[in-house]
Amino acid sequence: MASALINVPKRAKRGDVIEIRALTSHIMETGYRRTAAGEVIPRDIITSFTCRYNGREIFRADMFPAIAANPYLSFFTTANESGTFAFEWIGDNGFSQTASAAITVE
Amino acid sequence: MNAVREIGRRNAIRGGLALAASLALPSIARTQTSARVVVIGGGFGGAACARALKQFDAKLQVTLVEPNKVFTACPFSNEVIAGLRDIGAQQFGYEKIAAAGIDVVANAAAKVDPQVHRVTLADGSTLSYDRLVLAPGIEVRFDALSGYDEAASRKMPHAWQAGEQTLLLRRQIESMDDGGVVAIAVPANPLRCPPAPYERASLIAYYLKQHKPRSKVLILDAKDNFSQQRLFEKAWHEIYDGMIERISLSDGGRATAVDPATNTIVTEFGDHVAQVANVIPPQRAGRIAQVAGAADKTGWCPIDPMTFASKLLPDVHVIGDACLGGGIPKSAAAASAQGRACARAIVNGLAGKAPETPRLTGICYDTVAPGYAFSLAGLYQPKDDMFAEIEGGGTSALDAPREVRAREAEAAQSWYRTITEETFG
Repeated sequence: MASALINVPKRAKRGDVIEIRALTSHIMETGYRRTAAGEVIPRDIITSFTCRYNGREIFRADMFPAIAANPYLSFFTTANESGTFAFEWIGDNGFSQTASAAITVE
Repeated sequence: MNAVREIGRRNAIRGGLALAASLALPSIARTQTSARVVVIGGGFGGAACARALKQFDAKLQVTLVEPNKVFTACPFSNEVIAGLRDIGAQQFGYEKIAAAGIDVVANAAAKVDPQVHRVTLADGSTLSYDRLVLAPGIEVRFDALSGYDEAASRKMPHAWQAGEQTLLLRRQIESMDDGGVVAIAVPANPLRCPPAPYERASLIAYYLKQHKPRSKVLILDAKDNFSQQRLFEKAWHEIYDGMIERISLSDGGRATAVDPATNTIVTEFGDHVAQVANVIPPQRAGRIAQVAGAADKTGWCPIDPMTFASKLLPDVHVIGDACLGGGIPKSAAAASAQGRACARAIVNGLAGKAPETPRLTGICYDTVAPGYAFSLAGLYQPKDDMFAEIEGGGTSALDAPREVRAREAEAAQSWYRTITEETFG
């Protein structure tokens, strides 16, 4: 199973509004469930997601136990220069994952 | 078919007179004469319902409206795609149904006026009814995937309504070069016959293994989990190791658009160019259900599970794939069982009797190779305004030996012979 998936247009015209999609595989265990024996299953969720465009933060999301497994985010930004989108997911138990994608703006 | 048409026209006139008479009579008197039931759609649900109505009450005037003179069955049509079966084995006429005293009208229903209890056909003639049964099956949505319209379906077949589409997909696979990719785009639930995309992938892999062993099947799935998943995946590992690849929803498999010019299926996270692209788009209740106003915003028809009565239209019942059946899968076996239960409810209702609680059974066989099949049997009863699966069903064991799979493959053939004989024979 792929751990992180991102979808950024490879190229765009300057000023275009572009869609960015990001999905990461994660159990998103709420911390509210119990095993058959009655023990609480410890919380294990992603707590934050950020997207930086050439180093500048353009999107951030804080996540909570109500978010379903394998969180999928889609958002829009304006393509204004060629460069890199960097993605970062941070969560419980030291979870950390990064990904990046390049864009050419003409 | 002229005779059938004539009967249809005569019935249309008779219907008109009966309506005029009915306006002057209290409804109880009307039902004591011969009530008129019109069934729209001659598939497994509608045909079973029409026959059961006549069987339960021979005095009923039953009309079956179905534009196709020959019915092409979906169950086993995946074997046609894989070259294992002739399309002729899927096709049935309506002669025996007409011989059972049912007026078979070879025309399409264009409009329903529920307030005056009247159906208008494509040729402008009308049929009046006391009870109407809608069994229109599904409509493939040409507004759900960007680029996937009716023209695109002639290049990238859905083959989700058996017939020419089935044969088109078969021809494309037969003419593909060895080493090609057959991609199957699968929609989210609800869809007609939930395990069928995976049976299709299996049987296409069977064909490829025999004839084009360097080729692959790629499933682009809008779901993470699917019906009979563990049984399918075990069979794929045993028989088609490496030939079938599946990209699930969480792996970015959901199709969002297609490009027929390049045979590309675009998913949320990538583009997939296929030599053969089988695009199964999202679906909704058949068109007449939409036109009549029996469907809600989900695209499907809400019903009272005790009687299959529409929650939106008076004296209209909806059965088969078109209805919101709760836990019942959209399958031929379920539609047939619903058709009979609906007929019972209509006959009881017309006689002023209380409805009986329907207890439906549905069975679904999945064939992954000749001589290798498994099954899922379910029992369903109304619960809290929906159908719910109840105890007593079962699924094939994951670790069953090959002899059991072979017996299930024979049982599947036998099931098909029985249901088609009961419905059309």
